[in-house]
Amino acid sequence: MEVPILRQGQYLIASIQSALTDADLSHLREALIAQVGRSRCRGVIVDVTALDVMDSFAVRTLRDIAHMARLRGAETVIVGIQPDVAFAMVQLGLTLKGVATVLDLEEGLAFLDSRTKATLDTKPKRGRG
Amino acid sequence: MADTKRSSMSVSTRASEASGGALTESSAGLLRELVAHLRQNRTQLREEWARRITRAELLTAMTEEEIFAEATAVYDNYVEALETGTFEALQAYSRRLSERIIPRGVETDEVVGIVLLLRDVLARSLFNKYQDNVDKLNRILDSYEPAANRIANTVAVGFVEERERIIRQQQEAIRELSTPVLQVRERLLILPIIGVIDPQRARQLTEQLLRAIRANRAKVVVIDVTGVAAMDSGVANHLVQTVEASRLLGATVIVTGLSPEIAQTLVTIGVDLSEMSTVGDLQGGIEEAERLLADRAAPTLAPLATREIAPESQR
Repeated sequence: MEVPILRQGQYLIASIQSALTDADLSHLREALIAQVGRSRCRGVIVDVTALDVMDSFAVRTLRDIAHMARLRGAETVIVGIQPDVAFAMVQLGLTLKGVATVLDLEEGLAFLDSRTKATLDTKPKRGRG
Repeated sequence: MADTKRSSMSVSTRASEASGGALTESSAGLLRELVAHLRQNRTQLREEWARRITRAELLTAMTEEEIFAEATAVYDNYVEALETGTFEALQAYSRRLSERIIPRGVETDEVVGIVLLLRDVLARSLFNKYQDNVDKLNRILDSYEPAANRIANTVAVGFVEERERIIRQQQEAIRELSTPVLQVRERLLILPIIGVIDPQRARQLTEQLLRAIRANRAKVVVIDVTGVAAMDSGVANHLVQTVEASRLLGATVIVTGLSPEIAQTLVTIGVDLSEMSTVGDLQGGIEEAERLLADRAAPTLAPLATREIAPESQR
């Protein structure tokens, strides 16, 4: 099952629509990291609203995506984790440390906007914009 | 003495065995006779019963008139159950009766007591009526006793079930009440925790909070534990889990009101709360939360508005 990756302004949005196998997840990771550089985008949003289960591999992949995208110059935010999924995750000790998570897509866009703006304001010399 | 008792008992069993096939018919006849007797002496027996209830100081929460009214109804239901051999009507009645009298503080032993009293009153009247005919008395009692026992059982069980139902209902209500998630202002929730936190309640608390975060689109949550007297490592770890789960939904949690005792306990037993942001009291927590909201509101809201316009102008 291919995950569509959409481009919205400076951001990439990967919207997961159904349960993914480990291979699908790895594929998503590779595709996203490749596209981050190609499209010179500043942010990545992974929407997991449709997932009602998240196993350790999925959580690790999401974390890897965030860390890898940061190395390629983009901020990542995970959006739409369901309350039940969040509770199950912390019980399993899968807490996505160091990865930004927000409520939904709208919040995710707002978060990236503020993050990008903050980076531009505080580090104008890098001139990434 | 013991011998005679045994022999009389064996006689009575042999008598009922001997009647064999005719047993059901004759016991049905006896039951009819019994019911007729109880109907005939309804007023007198029921008054006797009500008198004995008062004398035994049962149902003290009720007035004499009320006792008499209930006694009448129970008596009629009792006779009907004896007659028809079906207990549904009695069951329903005892449930309704329990609903009425439990809130007035009537205890289980009182209810069992009055039913046993009625049984006693009726048995005595049977003794009086058949004292010249011991054999018949035996047979009447043979058919009366099992039915009477079952009736006593039904009423007592009905009462206890009703009590349990009320207890369950109240537990549910307490549980619901004990975890209110309040919205103070837009995107700010407060969760005051009061009382003892057991694992079940902790779990429910977290679930309710996570659902409220989603429903209210909360950004900041203040969990106030001023009302929590003690905290062990289990509860503390659960608190940490709640904070982490909230973060996964994009909400920051501030914990307030950790008492000196709890603070000492947590550090002594070595619970790691470094991930949690804590503020002394609820007021400080809300101030901190508003600061966080103000910080976020400024950069997030402005670009949001421009972005919403942008795609339309592009089209």
